[in-house]
Amino acid sequence: MKKAIKILFVALVLLFLYAPILILTVYSFTDSTTIGAIRGFSLQNYVTLFTTEDLRNMILGTIFLALGVAAISTVLGTIGAIGMFYSGKRMRTAISSVNQIPVVNADVVTGFSICILLVVVLGISKDTYIPLVIGQVVLCTPFVLLSVLPRLQQIDPSCYEAAVDLGATPGMALRKIILPQLASGIVSGFSLAITLSLDDYFIATYTKPATFDTISTYVVNATKGSQTDIKTALWALSTIIFVVVILIVVLMNLQARRGEHTLKSKTGRVGA
Amino acid sequence: MKKYSFSRKSLGIPYAIFLVLFVVLPLLVLLFYAFTDGTGRPTLDNLLGFFTDPNTIGTLVYSLAVAVVTTIVSLLLAYPIAYILARSHLKTKGVIVMIFVMPMWINFSLRITALKEILTLLEGNLANFQFLNAVIGMTYDFLPFMILPIFNTISKLDNSLVEAARDLGATNAKAFLKVILPLSMPGIISGVAMVFLPAMTNYVVLDMLYNSTYIMGSLIGSYFAAYNWHSGSMIALVLLALVCLFTIVSGDDGKEDRRGGALL
Repeated sequence: MKKAIKILFVALVLLFLYAPILILTVYSFTDSTTIGAIRGFSLQNYVTLFTTEDLRNMILGTIFLALGVAAISTVLGTIGAIGMFYSGKRMRTAISSVNQIPVVNADVVTGFSICILLVVVLGISKDTYIPLVIGQVVLCTPFVLLSVLPRLQQIDPSCYEAAVDLGATPGMALRKIILPQLASGIVSGFSLAITLSLDDYFIATYTKPATFDTISTYVVNATKGSQTDIKTALWALSTIIFVVVILIVVLMNLQARRGEHTLKSKTGRVGA
Repeated sequence: MKKYSFSRKSLGIPYAIFLVLFVVLPLLVLLFYAFTDGTGRPTLDNLLGFFTDPNTIGTLVYSLAVAVVTTIVSLLLAYPIAYILARSHLKTKGVIVMIFVMPMWINFSLRITALKEILTLLEGNLANFQFLNAVIGMTYDFLPFMILPIFNTISKLDNSLVEAARDLGATNAKAFLKVILPLSMPGIISGVAMVFLPAMTNYVVLDMLYNSTYIMGSLIGSYFAAYNWHSGSMIALVLLALVCLFTIVSGDDGKEDRRGGALL
């Protein structure tokens, strides 16, 4: 009995989280323009999604932006984490406190403040994409640093010293000894940065060029507009993203199962 | 010895410069703009404007209410879920938690679009129940962020403490109240931090659901649209102050669990 209530509760919350996405998925395969109407099967939404130039540019733009931002953030965050870890106590505290600001701050405030500094004060045009990229890098890099840092703490310092004693230059020791041991942290930092950039609305909306849209800014505007074919094409997009996310999660799970005793599964953290 | 430790240390310099330029400096500019007028003269008008404008104060109170209710609802949903999963003996509980967290990887705007369609079907005009829909929308968006930190904390909890309490005669309820609940506080705190602040500031959710702009963050948006940097900065500053206040109150517990931990 008690168990039944537990299962029911878990199921209900899952229903709350998934019902909207699943219903939208079903309706993306019909020619209906509203949820609730029963209409025939159609792939029109997918055709529209892939043939409308506007939509295609927006999706590709979002992906390129996310990859670029994630690459910059990963390099910056990894170097920052290494530098911070081996710095003196004062520098370490300073970097780690300031690093925390974009993490806890409201994205609206981060986006607005970047916009004020770069666009209003320094007069950099939004069309150069510089404010947008810098803004998203500010958002993502702290998370890269936070995911690399725990790996640094696990490194046995004597390995590095041994390498240097055996004649490696500091740069070589860094490349051959430190970086390989950070790999998993760097990878999860990179994927985290991609997720954050893909999901970002506030930074983009304050710093993006007027003619450029990310998925978030595009969808927000589209829900307010009245173009029903665009609206339903976005249902198709959300179906595709949903499927891609499921695939990634399944793949990661399979891989985690193969390398069972990774630290992550031990600490109960899931995902990347 | 000295030479190579210097080389590793110096790697911190580029990032430190980056942080100063793009994290600290923007906030200082914000501070400057909030206390000056269009000609650059110092003024308290923006501050006074904030506290005398019934619209801004109303919005502040309203968003606080939305955020508080959203946080409570999320906690009431998330805690039992996290508790049931973390204390279950299922081998697959990691996978089940992943299922709860997965929506976070789907673009929020698409998820809210989906929610909007469903709610419209159920309620008709969403503007009729604004507060209810605000809470539903925010809870829908942020619930995974509450589940994960609590799940992590309860999973790490040493079960022998619970067994000891039971051996010493505590009832199940008492063992929960005196042992499990206090020990899961760090998870609750970081979950609350991850839900409360976004729920106060994330105006897109409401904007998408029923074109409302009646929440703190959107004031920045409207001043931004009107090129009124000074009043906008003041609002941003007020939000920043709330963030600081909240961070101080919630302390350092489980800090690394926030957002990053949830997404990792």
